[in-house]
Amino acid sequence: MTTVTEAPPAPAPVAPERKPPRKRGRWTPYLLLLPGLLWLVVFFALPVIYQASTSVQTGSLEEGYKVTWHFATYWDALSEYWPQFVRSVLYAASATVLCLLLGYPLAYLIAFRAGRWRNLIMILVIAPFFTSFLIRTLAWKTILADGGPVVGTLDALHVLDVTAFLGWTAGDRVLATPLAVVCGLTYNFLPFMILPLYTSLERIDPRLHEAAGDLYAKPSTTFRKVTFPLSMPGVVSGTLLTFIPASGDYINSDLLGSTDTRMVGNVIQSQFLRILDYPTAAALSFILMAAILAVVTVYIRKSGTEDLV
Amino acid sequence: MKTTEETTTAGGGDVRLTGISKTYGDFTAVHPLDLTVPEGSFFALLGASGCGKTTTLRMIAGLEEPTAGTVHLGDQDVTALPPYKRPVNTVFQSYALFPHLDIYENVAFGLRRRGIKSVKKQVEEMLELVQLGEQARKKPHQLSGGQQQRVAVARALINHPKVLLLDEPLGALDLKLRRQMQLELKRIQTEVGITFVHVTHDQEEAMTMADCVAVMNAGRVEQLGTPADLYENPRTTFVANFLGTSNFIEAEVDSTSGDDIVLKAGGGKLVLHRARASAPATTGGRILAGVRPEKISLTHADDAGDIPDGRNRITGRITESSFIGVSTQFVVDSPVCSDFEVYVQNIDRDARLVPGAEVVLHWNPDHTFGLDAAQSLLAGTVGSAGVETAEEEVAR
Amino acid sequence: MAFVNWFKRNVVVIAGLLTLAYLLLPNVVVTVFSFNRPKGRFNYQWQEFSTDAWRDPCGVSGLCESLGLSLQIAFWATLGATLLGTMIAFALVRYRFRARGAVNSLIFLPMAMPEVVMAASLLTLFLNMGAELGFWTILIAHIMFCLSFVVVAVKARVMSMDPRLEQAAQDLYAGPAQTFLRVTLPIAAPGIAAGALLAFALSFDDFIITNFTAGSTVTFPMFVWGSAQRGTPVQINVIGTAMFVIAVLLVLVSMAVANRRKRQKA
Repeated sequence: MTTVTEAPPAPAPVAPERKPPRKRGRWTPYLLLLPGLLWLVVFFALPVIYQASTSVQTGSLEEGYKVTWHFATYWDALSEYWPQFVRSVLYAASATVLCLLLGYPLAYLIAFRAGRWRNLIMILVIAPFFTSFLIRTLAWKTILADGGPVVGTLDALHVLDVTAFLGWTAGDRVLATPLAVVCGLTYNFLPFMILPLYTSLERIDPRLHEAAGDLYAKPSTTFRKVTFPLSMPGVVSGTLLTFIPASGDYINSDLLGSTDTRMVGNVIQSQFLRILDYPTAAALSFILMAAILAVVTVYIRKSGTEDLV
Repeated sequence: MKTTEETTTAGGGDVRLTGISKTYGDFTAVHPLDLTVPEGSFFALLGASGCGKTTTLRMIAGLEEPTAGTVHLGDQDVTALPPYKRPVNTVFQSYALFPHLDIYENVAFGLRRRGIKSVKKQVEEMLELVQLGEQARKKPHQLSGGQQQRVAVARALINHPKVLLLDEPLGALDLKLRRQMQLELKRIQTEVGITFVHVTHDQEEAMTMADCVAVMNAGRVEQLGTPADLYENPRTTFVANFLGTSNFIEAEVDSTSGDDIVLKAGGGKLVLHRARASAPATTGGRILAGVRPEKISLTHADDAGDIPDGRNRITGRITESSFIGVSTQFVVDSPVCSDFEVYVQNIDRDARLVPGAEVVLHWNPDHTFGLDAAQSLLAGTVGSAGVETAEEEVAR
Repeated sequence: MAFVNWFKRNVVVIAGLLTLAYLLLPNVVVTVFSFNRPKGRFNYQWQEFSTDAWRDPCGVSGLCESLGLSLQIAFWATLGATLLGTMIAFALVRYRFRARGAVNSLIFLPMAMPEVVMAASLLTLFLNMGAELGFWTILIAHIMFCLSFVVVAVKARVMSMDPRLEQAAQDLYAGPAQTFLRVTLPIAAPGIAAGALLAFALSFDDFIITNFTAGSTVTFPMFVWGSAQRGTPVQINVIGTAMFVIAVLLVLVSMAVANRRKRQKA
């Protein structure tokens, strides 16, 4: 009978002879939406418009700014700060790939292999959230300290020679190098990869693995042909949840990196809060926003999962 | 809300639907319908998925607003009343027990909403009636399907509704439990004497429990009557097929004499009583002669001479036989109908009745019914449009 | 050969546990260094064991004030975002209305945008309006970015709710208000609680957006940031460790209580 009962709550038919007293107000949804949406419009959408207008203004702090449709700001900003843009994309992409490689086994472990340890591991994944992430990021300064055990081991194993050759580290240091920044980014956003991966893996019926095995698939084939495709929604939202914040981050670069690892977030932050060159800052921020939206749209289309929300 | 108590005792508790209909955009779920459910009866709305039976029920409950028409409970027009002001309660499909409340609070819910303070005695009595006194403090998910079902009944009945509406209440139970609950519900209904309106797609369930059955098809009531009446005198092929199994013979009216109509089919003659023909019979016209499989006797062709006179007879060859304990079911290929079904009680089994054997089918002419020939023979069978198969039901 | 086979079978477990170690290593360091007595202003190198900082967690000027402010902002931001977000979630699930797609995008976009962009544009707005940066601008910003997360959490719960439950309540003489209070709200509560918890965590730990909208006001993350430039007191590690331990304990206790209740009922 579901076909009848779940038929769309059709646009209520108008009964001319009497007014149905319990028809819920037509305005109820709008009243429910109004306060929240107003908040988002005023404090999210409107600022974006303000920012767009600021980016084409000229003037100075003392004399004030005027909209002069000065699009050259965009060109100037891009030509001056393209290295930071490229770096942001590279660092964020590296961190995302690392998160996927590190996060997948852990999500898989929780979903299928943890047994009665599942809840405990889950708590251990989430609990670090409760310690301010700035404090935890500062801890990496200790872990990666020059001459510390981690760096010492890497040096002894000649790993640092390789990474230095690739330009990821400099000399026998890890701190203040791209490697440290990517390591920090990976660490910071790893839970955002693990949780969506876990959610989609957990939905997979374990019997599917048995069925695949029954149908002559090796464990590795089972993973490639069954498990991984079914976890795609988690992979897509996990990579987005990692890449987007990582590309705009400036904390890891600031705390763990050097002036040579500055990302676009650092530039926006200093333009806005220290140099006070608002048009340039607004233009940079606008470019970053447009780039992210384009990337997200293309990515979602390509992966065919449009129902992320 | 106190008024519900008073109106319950007032006379004239029939449910009357007058010209009621429901459309969703272009789709008509229920065509204008008149229906009266007598007070105190156990009434079943029987039909396949999507036939409009649940929509009809929900319009009585007030959960669905009719596009046109009125609903009366006794003398009171309740069409415009919201569900929480109607003296009607529902046992929902899959029960809709409140997961955050225990059994006691689930049952007490309706009383409390009506502002009744001391509910203890009533709730305990009601839980006793459905034999769940021990489970009062459990949460719904801790109960078995059958127990949940009884809680749903108790939660509705405690309000002493004028009418209790049951929407596929046994659909989620396994076969054995379903049988048991059918009897249980019937017992409760007899005990409390409240009108029950029961929606189901299971013809056996409807026939076991209800005093009166309305068979619905595609938004219309196809036929209304007692279970025995519907079974013996179906007026359409849909009803004939939906309630049990029927064999149909497409026949031509040969002659009419008194109360009998003589039919011609495949060279043989069949007799049909005029009273049992639901379509007008004129000589030369066509008519569908129907007969139920259990009414037919099967005799090996070699013994054809032993068959008494005055019985309708048809010859054929057995194509399939399956032994199912109390009876054996045969499929017989005959010139007038290729898949004639015959159920024979296993009393004296004739070893010659095996696939390939030539046989004579014969039955008392009283058991023949006549239908309008201008309709599909397959209406109402499993697999035809609108009738769901058992698997579909389980999948849900 | 036996070892190779064992390794093959458990390679996922080993890799997963290594990731877990990577995730937890900083917390271990934070905890260990909360017992350090550093030389100089920065607490990055181990010197000697001491419980000084634990005995005087508020010993650094401004630290506990900033913590109090962060808790206060997180509380109000959670309240605001949960209220507004729950209303939106109900409207989205329960009603059909025009411009649904636009509403959905407006809710999705704040989650699909780097914080620095939101922060920068919000600052532009505040500067243009001549608003004074401080408690109120931080609160406004926090409610804004927590809102979408609450909507998603509540929506998921309300969507999985059987509509027949509300019909059953109506059938049992509960009017619209009673139905909402006695049935809808209690059943949606876990989703609302999850949304609220998320909002609290996000607001309490937020740095980037606060950095832009705070002016000279100092929240706890702002304090940590500032100390990273000037010198990190051990008390920061104390607070960090305490938060971790309290969180884990709370979760464990609530799980134990839930388990016990389940066993009692069964």
